[in-house]
Amino acid sequence: MSLKRAAAITGIAEMAPRASAEGLSTMGIWADVSRKAILDAGLEPSEIDGLLVAPPIVDMVAMWPSHLGEYLDIHPRYANIVDLGGASAAGMVWRAASAIQSGLCRAVLCVSGEASDVDTFYAPRAKRPTQQLPLREFEAPYGPMGANSGYAQIAMRHMHEFGTTGRQLAKVAVDQRTNAGANPDALYRDPLTVDDVLSSPLIVDPLHLYEIVQPCTGGAAFVVVSADLAGSNAQTPAWLLGAGEATRGVMLAQVKSITTSPIAQSAPLAFEMAGVTPDDIDLISVYDCYTITVVVTLEDAGFCEKGRGGPFVEEHDLTYRGDLPLNTHGGQLSFGQPGLAGGTSHVTEAVRQLQGRAGERQLPDCELAFVNGNGGIMSEQSSLVLGV
Amino acid sequence: MSDQPRKPLPKPSSLSQPFWDGLAAGEIRLQKCDRCDTYVFYPRPYCPHCLSEALTWTAVSGRGRVYTYTVVRRAMHPAFQPDVPYVFAIVELEEGPRVETNVVGCAPEDVRVEMPVKAVYDRTTAGIALLKFEPA
Repeated sequence: MSLKRAAAITGIAEMAPRASAEGLSTMGIWADVSRKAILDAGLEPSEIDGLLVAPPIVDMVAMWPSHLGEYLDIHPRYANIVDLGGASAAGMVWRAASAIQSGLCRAVLCVSGEASDVDTFYAPRAKRPTQQLPLREFEAPYGPMGANSGYAQIAMRHMHEFGTTGRQLAKVAVDQRTNAGANPDALYRDPLTVDDVLSSPLIVDPLHLYEIVQPCTGGAAFVVVSADLAGSNAQTPAWLLGAGEATRGVMLAQVKSITTSPIAQSAPLAFEMAGVTPDDIDLISVYDCYTITVVVTLEDAGFCEKGRGGPFVEEHDLTYRGDLPLNTHGGQLSFGQPGLAGGTSHVTEAVRQLQGRAGERQLPDCELAFVNGNGGIMSEQSSLVLGV
Repeated sequence: MSDQPRKPLPKPSSLSQPFWDGLAAGEIRLQKCDRCDTYVFYPRPYCPHCLSEALTWTAVSGRGRVYTYTVVRRAMHPAFQPDVPYVFAIVELEEGPRVETNVVGCAPEDVRVEMPVKAVYDRTTAGIALLKFEPA
């Protein structure tokens, strides 16, 4: 069954990321962005009958949707947690649409974000989880650096197989920084050059500091509504036109080819449902936890041939003024990665551009956006086509 | 000493114990499916390929090649910080399965993708031997 035009995103809200979590709570952030998103959608709190939550990375507790529903004093008929890592936001969009299409609810509030910073994120967890995940038994003893080392291993293998260069990867961070310069909410806005990226400290070879996201504090929410509610506010509805999802294991040693991601399955599903091709897309809004993520995503989503992602990002201008606008909000590399709300930033930016309210970085003619959420070590992929 | 951060060590289950026993004895023992001949790693209660429960622990060569790697220059877990820079790699065993590991016995700069390596067994004080590799 197709989800094409089954639902639209009408309201969005996003907090400007902050480097420090000082004085902020996750629930407080969620409540703030929830209130603003409901207002933006032109709805009353009583009209919110669905609630999806992407849990905070630093604080996993049970029943997050119930805690948030209590805080907001809303009473959803459909409530769930969506944990696909960074793919959670894109995953929430089509799950909300699916629930709406099946008649479970009409207006789904989708919430993400957390009070986190470099200190809390990298602090040793006080209590180690007791579950004996294979990851803990067969990977942790060898000193991985969280997700950083996994993406570095993908980059190293990509360089080996396809000749991708450090300069090509760095170009992604540079163009996105230019975009961030036009986004007052971005964490990092000072211009960056390829040489700046390559002379920043190597953290996990071949990735440098400026190719790696920074954990920070922030949050974002959006409201997905049924067609009959889509006219409830002044904004143009951003319709869900296509969706596709695909997953694989989290441990890279278990993956047959680490240079190809499940986007090779999820993106074609989304394009097919929408009835469009990558050539039709006006805005590419894709997960960018690292520079290599964008290169692999462009290849697997079909924007260029497999293995040509490096030359492709060098040949194109990825800025909001360029021929291939990508992550016009600055991407997570410059905007910031407030936990799973980092992935939400790709959804909210697509909606902003489609609704014509992206300010200085507004694209002149944006009717179709490709959004990709990526979780784990490219293990969870949720691809969307949104349009007006 | 108890205030020093300690490296996370595996806590073998009854299912995985034969693998860790193998390393302690100086060899890599993997499950092999009697029905479809597939090697299974990490240890599982059945063969994910054909669902057979008939798995036999089988010693393998210990030879492989570096499928990919990175050099960790800032440790995430504080107990690894004294070791930086160190090589965190995925090695593909000659028999097919890949393992997360460290490449030791050479400078991090000398490691290459596809480099041939052979197993070494790093015996920790806790009695667990970790599977690492050095240039072959």
